[in-house]
Amino acid sequence: MAGPSLIMYEEEFNQINKVLEKLTKEANAKIVFLVDKNGQLISAYGETKNIDTTSLASLTAGNIAATGGLAKLIGEKEFSILFHEGEKDNIHISIIGQRVILVVIFDHRSSLGLVRLRVKKTGDELNAIFSKLIKKVEKEPQAASPFSEITDEDIENLFKD
Amino acid sequence: MSFINYSSREINCKIVYYGPGLGGKTTNLQYIYDKMSPDTKGKLISLATETERTLFFDFLPLALGDIRGFKTRFQLYTVPGQVFYDASRKLILRGVDGVVFVADSQIERMDANIESLENLKLNLKENGYDFEKIPFVMQYNKRDLPNAAELQEMKTILNPKTSPDFEGVATKGIAVFETLKAIAKLVLVEMKRSTAVR
Repeated sequence: MAGPSLIMYEEEFNQINKVLEKLTKEANAKIVFLVDKNGQLISAYGETKNIDTTSLASLTAGNIAATGGLAKLIGEKEFSILFHEGEKDNIHISIIGQRVILVVIFDHRSSLGLVRLRVKKTGDELNAIFSKLIKKVEKEPQAASPFSEITDEDIENLFKD
Repeated sequence: MSFINYSSREINCKIVYYGPGLGGKTTNLQYIYDKMSPDTKGKLISLATETERTLFFDFLPLALGDIRGFKTRFQLYTVPGQVFYDASRKLILRGVDGVVFVADSQIERMDANIESLENLKLNLKENGYDFEKIPFVMQYNKRDLPNAAELQEMKTILNPKTSPDFEGVATKGIAVFETLKAIAKLVLVEMKRSTAVR
């Protein structure tokens, strides 16, 4: 298989949530979420109740993947920031440390300048957390998967009608 | 590349439906979406052209249940089957945990099946995967059509490594869930196996 799974522990998960919470407040954003490049939602913060975050995550990753493809075609490594402007809401998408995607949704209560400024700072903080997380996963491989203990029966049970 | 979250106790896996254009990949997802209960599925997202040809991908998130207290979620994707969308197909394979190949049984689509399967192998390789090792399930779709090729012939040509395979009619739902279960099982077994090796 190509590369190990992305694994998230409680400690880092809480740290990430705190960082996202801070960003939401400081950038006056409606919603902030973090997605891995394959489209898995890592965490979301803000007014997420009426939003389909799973679909948002998948489409964001698709968007980044497509834009990354465009970048390569013209000889760029990647486009690290995407911005979509709507009538009311805007979406700011940025790649953090070539690993994860940070998405900020905001309206007239904020501005692109403010969001860009805060996202830059947040990117550094998230990078530090992910670097730590990766080291931790490498150090504790035996605890890296709940699958070490599952049985064939557990898998069968998932498919009982 | 699966995503395991110990904090929210979730496991996420990515399954990609691959195959030639108009073979029934989207129909598979559509049938699953129609039959699953609302609490186990998310929205079916289709990025399609005006003539309902897949342009980028279809996406359907499913929650299958718990394993050892971990919510097990599968994200199903299709690729655009038409030959000229190859760049998109390559992107969608990124991070894949298992592949379903939906072959078109019509005899005149045999070349398209072979071309698509070769394309899959190449794109997997370019994403750092080995076709021989990745969880893989074959579905021979459109078995109800009068011009369907001989099953044995299809097996010989398209499934020489004898992965689990099914005779399907996706429009009627035949073998759609069997295919899904088979690939989900293979993905989970592979995750278990790769943990044991560490």
